[in-house]
Amino acid sequence: MTTAVDEAHIAPREGGSTPPSRSRRREWLVALAFLAPALVLLGALVVYPMIYTLVRSFYSARGDHFVGWDNYVAMFTSDTTFTAIRNNVIWVIVAPITCTCIGLVFAVLLDRIKWSTAFKLIIFMPMAISMLAAGVIFRGMFQEDPDIGVVNAAIVATKSAFTNQAAYPGAKPRPDAGIVADSGIIATEGDVTAGDNATFPLVGIRTDALGDNPTQASGPPQPADAEVTGTVWLDFVRGGGGVNGQIDDGEWGLPGVRVDAVAADGTVAGTAHTEDDGTYVISGLDPGASYRIALPAANFTEGATGVPWLSSTFITAVVILSYVWIWAGFAMVMTASGLSAMDRTLQEAARVDGASEWKVFTRITAPLLMPVLIVVFVTLIINVLKIFDLVYVIPPGNAKPAANVIAVEMWTVSFGGGNDQGLGSALAILLLLLVLPFMIINVRRFRQEREQ
Amino acid sequence: MSDLTIVKGERTLAQRILGVFSKGFVNVALIIVALLWVIPTLGLLVTSFRTVGDSTTSGWWTVITRPAQLTLQNYVDLLSNSAITSSLVNSILIVVPATLLVVIVGALAGYAFAWMDFPGRDGLLVAVIVLLAVPLQVALIPVARLFGWLGLFGTIPGVILFHVAFGLPFAIFLLRNFFTQIPREVLEAARVDGASEWRIFSRVILPLGAPAIASLAIFQFLWTWNDLLIGLIFTNAESQPITVAIQSQLRQFGSNIDVLSTGAFVSMVIPLIVFFAFQRYFVQALLAGANK
Repeated sequence: MTTAVDEAHIAPREGGSTPPSRSRRREWLVALAFLAPALVLLGALVVYPMIYTLVRSFYSARGDHFVGWDNYVAMFTSDTTFTAIRNNVIWVIVAPITCTCIGLVFAVLLDRIKWSTAFKLIIFMPMAISMLAAGVIFRGMFQEDPDIGVVNAAIVATKSAFTNQAAYPGAKPRPDAGIVADSGIIATEGDVTAGDNATFPLVGIRTDALGDNPTQASGPPQPADAEVTGTVWLDFVRGGGGVNGQIDDGEWGLPGVRVDAVAADGTVAGTAHTEDDGTYVISGLDPGASYRIALPAANFTEGATGVPWLSSTFITAVVILSYVWIWAGFAMVMTASGLSAMDRTLQEAARVDGASEWKVFTRITAPLLMPVLIVVFVTLIINVLKIFDLVYVIPPGNAKPAANVIAVEMWTVSFGGGNDQGLGSALAILLLLLVLPFMIINVRRFRQEREQ
Repeated sequence: MSDLTIVKGERTLAQRILGVFSKGFVNVALIIVALLWVIPTLGLLVTSFRTVGDSTTSGWWTVITRPAQLTLQNYVDLLSNSAITSSLVNSILIVVPATLLVVIVGALAGYAFAWMDFPGRDGLLVAVIVLLAVPLQVALIPVARLFGWLGLFGTIPGVILFHVAFGLPFAIFLLRNFFTQIPREVLEAARVDGASEWRIFSRVILPLGAPAIASLAIFQFLWTWNDLLIGLIFTNAESQPITVAIQSQLRQFGSNIDVLSTGAFVSMVIPLIVFFAFQRYFVQALLAGANK
């Protein structure tokens, strides 16, 4: 009996019109037995729920009466769901293309380095960790306070490196010391002749603006004929004491303050920055000419502050960036495997003919890679449409509405307190409809591959 | 004629110089990129070794100048936090059976699709490919109801079943594709010898399909371990996996940064070990067409 069944297996099969023999039927039963667990699970937990959700999307929040298209209308008219849909559109436009392009560039450059395996592992590693962990990482990185968030720390450090200025917000001239404040600028009351000096006793500065190791202020250096010298210092002794307008022990110099010598016609004739002890020397002036010595307003404006990355304005950009950090590795690995499977003779021939690397890439390599790139792109689109974890984790409470996407909104209205499973079902169906074209692409690709 | 060859020779020399230059440039550029890619994870790792006080007043990069601030205290606290340790156990209790079941059920169906003949086979296979891309959101509401009715809601078996169902289309697709590449002669030889289908499956297909099964297992393991959404909906405080336990601390990001960074890092350790040990298989699974 078993032999007969097994022979039926190997026997060539022709035509399906004849009624199935007993052994054929037994064979079907065996196949069914192998398929049964999968069919039951898929039927009960994927296919049946899909139909249920479709029907449910036409019923009210609690499911007790039929509401027609109301849930779908609500979806596009309510502000929160509409923001979610709009954000999903932004995601789909930006994220897959960015990941695919970065992946392509990395894959092409990989060929030229000797440590390509290490590089691949580094870029690909984020794929292994949870989006939750990635979310915690990015939320930490993009904290607004430049003392905590590494991104703003880098931005602030770069800014202050290029402007090379210390900031002393809130500084005011010591009254009756011969200097005045005028629309942010602090300047000498009268003119100063070259070869003289001008001192700037300031108050109102928070001592922590001075850094970790403030230096005792010194008196002005002896000026030459073409120089104006002076000291800019914090005219304040901790714990009291000292004489106003005079450099006392325990008073600190203000380093990095810009000092300008302004000529009578209003032009800046010379400029200098103060040393650690607060002293400055402006040289190259006309001996005997008079100048107004001024500390420009830039010294006293707030120092460079962090960008509020996690606010409504930037939040989607930050979350997309975290997605790129994770998925660029996927695009790179897929593209690199496409490249390594490629026959390179065409490229070699073109190079021998004197084609530039750029031409070889755009005319030969890129077109040959297209099928792989399309697979990567489609996979990423399907994935991005369903994005949940990152958007759920990264935005702090006040930026959540601005960062919303369909999958998160679906969770919120159905399970996260919204209590409207009718609208939730409609949102789920919307996701399904958005994925549908890409399902069709997948099926087509599968059919084509089988025909080859 | 000779002019042309000279011109050509000069060009290749110029190109050679340019080549050396651009090689150095590529190396430098990729080193910078690699650093940019590592810094986020490095930041989390360092943060997990700092006190909340330090983390809320200064950046993790200050360890470069003040390495003394590093402490193991967060990890000690975390491992004595029963909510976190039991969620780690839950993660294992969910992930291991979910991975095994997907592999077994997927392999059975994959074999049927690859080597058995039955009516509607091609139609069913296309259905499986369609299901590959179905967003799991369409199943959340009905399955939550179904599990409530069956008493599975909030239990570990419920979560496992959901993971298995949504892991199956990919499993079937991947294994079927691999099994069809097994040479026909091998199977026919076994059939001629009178082996039953079950015997062929367990003695021929499974051993020969081991590489694909390993790829699938790694992929499914990582996917299930890293899941947040399914755990968020289908588990409760007793059955929640590590990801859900950590996300509940997110509301106070700053003051909970000790639990968050340490917990996130602990949750990353197992997938990272699995990834670095078996990354070849993971990549193969992705190449085989991951549409998740």
